[in-house]
Amino acid sequence: MTDTNTRLLYRIYDSDIGYSFRKSRIAVAATIVTLIYFLAAIFAPLVAPTNPYDLASLNLSDAFTPPAWVEGGSSKFLIGADDQGRDLLSAIIFGARMSLLVGFASTFLAFVIGVSVGLVAGFRGGMVDAILMRIADIQLSFPAILVALLIDGVARSVMPSDMHDTIALWVLIFSIGISGWVNFARTVRGSCMVERGKEYVQAARVIGIKSTTIMVRHLLPNVMGPVLVIATIQLAVAILLEAALSFLGVGMPLTKPSLGTLINTGQNFLYSGEWWITIFPGVALAILVLAVNLVGDWMRDALNPKLR
Amino acid sequence: MIAFAVRRFIQAIVVLLAVSLIAFVMFKYVGDPISQMVGPETPIDQREALREQLGLNDPVPLQFMHYLGDVVQGNFGRSFRTGLAVDRVLLERIPATLELAIVAVLYAVVAGIPMGVYSGLYPDRWLSKFFQTVSLIGISLPTFFVGVILIYIFGPTLNLLPTFGRGEVVHIGFWSTGLLTVSGLKSIILPAFTLGMFQLTLIMRLVRSEMLEVLRTDYIKFARARGLSNRAVNFGHALKNTLVPVITVIGLQLGQVIAFAIITEAVFQWPGMGLLFLQAIQFADVPVMSTYLLVVAVFFVAINLVVDLLYYVIDPRLRLDRAVAQGG
Repeated sequence: MTDTNTRLLYRIYDSDIGYSFRKSRIAVAATIVTLIYFLAAIFAPLVAPTNPYDLASLNLSDAFTPPAWVEGGSSKFLIGADDQGRDLLSAIIFGARMSLLVGFASTFLAFVIGVSVGLVAGFRGGMVDAILMRIADIQLSFPAILVALLIDGVARSVMPSDMHDTIALWVLIFSIGISGWVNFARTVRGSCMVERGKEYVQAARVIGIKSTTIMVRHLLPNVMGPVLVIATIQLAVAILLEAALSFLGVGMPLTKPSLGTLINTGQNFLYSGEWWITIFPGVALAILVLAVNLVGDWMRDALNPKLR
Repeated sequence: MIAFAVRRFIQAIVVLLAVSLIAFVMFKYVGDPISQMVGPETPIDQREALREQLGLNDPVPLQFMHYLGDVVQGNFGRSFRTGLAVDRVLLERIPATLELAIVAVLYAVVAGIPMGVYSGLYPDRWLSKFFQTVSLIGISLPTFFVGVILIYIFGPTLNLLPTFGRGEVVHIGFWSTGLLTVSGLKSIILPAFTLGMFQLTLIMRLVRSEMLEVLRTDYIKFARARGLSNRAVNFGHALKNTLVPVITVIGLQLGQVIAFAIITEAVFQWPGMGLLFLQAIQFADVPVMSTYLLVVAVFFVAINLVVDLLYYVIDPRLRLDRAVAQGG
């Protein structure tokens, strides 16, 4: 078992894609940074110096402690404390956890919706295809941020206001997921229309396999390459969207801040000179998005047969 | 050409109808207009009478027709929050957003195209690499964070530029402009820079990759072989051929900019439509939300339509393709 695993790992390492990955220093660096974020997010309770959700442990007299290397800083708060005396580093780690959670969940939602729509539209063709793709066109003519804001706003109007904070996470995942399915659908549909005519699909049809099985078992694996690229890019987009919504005050609440929420709270203190409260979460967000974008860029080039 | 235009026009109408249906559904099912209009002590029979009077008991398709009729006449209802007529409130805000969007796109085009051409022509020079790096950072940096940093630098630190509001405005008819006063011009610099930055990087990267692609083609090699000057080849032949996709993207970006303005307006407290929309979301002010959606949809659809038609006019190959496809 372990032997086959190592051999599989070696085959991945030795493949064309593995080679192009090893050759690209930027891709390696970006992957490492991304992995560090993922690990820090998953193991946030172990990694973070303090628990930012534990309101009882906060001491208001610690509020606005500057970073340790600045005059007045304390070694207790490596990069300073926020307006409530929360350790900023812990807040950022837990914030990144929130951002990544929303990013992954909404990308997954967009993936499921988009791939299903794309498979059905590409495989069935005709009327179904025309209707689904018109809907996609209409949505695509609106920027994702607007769609997400609108869904978020409607959800907020429907729900009673005392529930807003508890459901904020689900509303965010839902609205960002819905705003992102179109690219998946269009790509899958395109590849599906190419694959549909190929012999293996015809063969599967001839021996009487159900259409749904053909779509999921035969077509889907063959269109996964571009889908993975889109998923990576969508992850970066989703993280940015979540941050933007939280920054605008319609995302994660103050009690469970994401990176966007942290930047939003911090900007109130820029004029009084407490720059670290907003700058550090912003830098953390920018590095995360940059790293994911770079991985996506590399994947797009590596999987693009035209560039080989 | 005419058939194409007509088809695109019908498509645009369908999109607008779909959006107004969404706006109508929001208007009708999100929140109860009656409870917004009357006090809590109003008896049920009076509420029902009002409901009947407003046509809220009519069949839903009929209500939709009424809604469309109202919208066409510019009657969008009243804001739940302020009680003012929505069309008046929104109309006041449109100039601020449009000025911001246009200045941002202009700046992105004026700076982005030369940067893209340069890094396309000389991909190995350090300045090109610098542009590439900056553009990557520009794409990854969230707009609002750029705004926050700019506010910090130019506000409290340097105290050079105003960081919120539009400054003094001049009224010309219904249009209020900040572009004719010194404080208005100063106020627009930071928001427009923030808003235009993403578009700038996008345009730059697009022009660069298009240039790289075009410069490899045979007709460019042939033009060089004919002994044309570098300038004639680079600008007359290469740049001209890159412009078709660039124009399309710029056009479509104008729509995106109007939507992204929501964030920029929030950062800089710019009194435009986006800020209004954001406040409407926070207060669940459905009439303002649905009207904003409609207004923005009209902008987008108009822009898309114009870009599509322009595309058709600019690129003769498109016409040829279609003619071939139709067997003509």
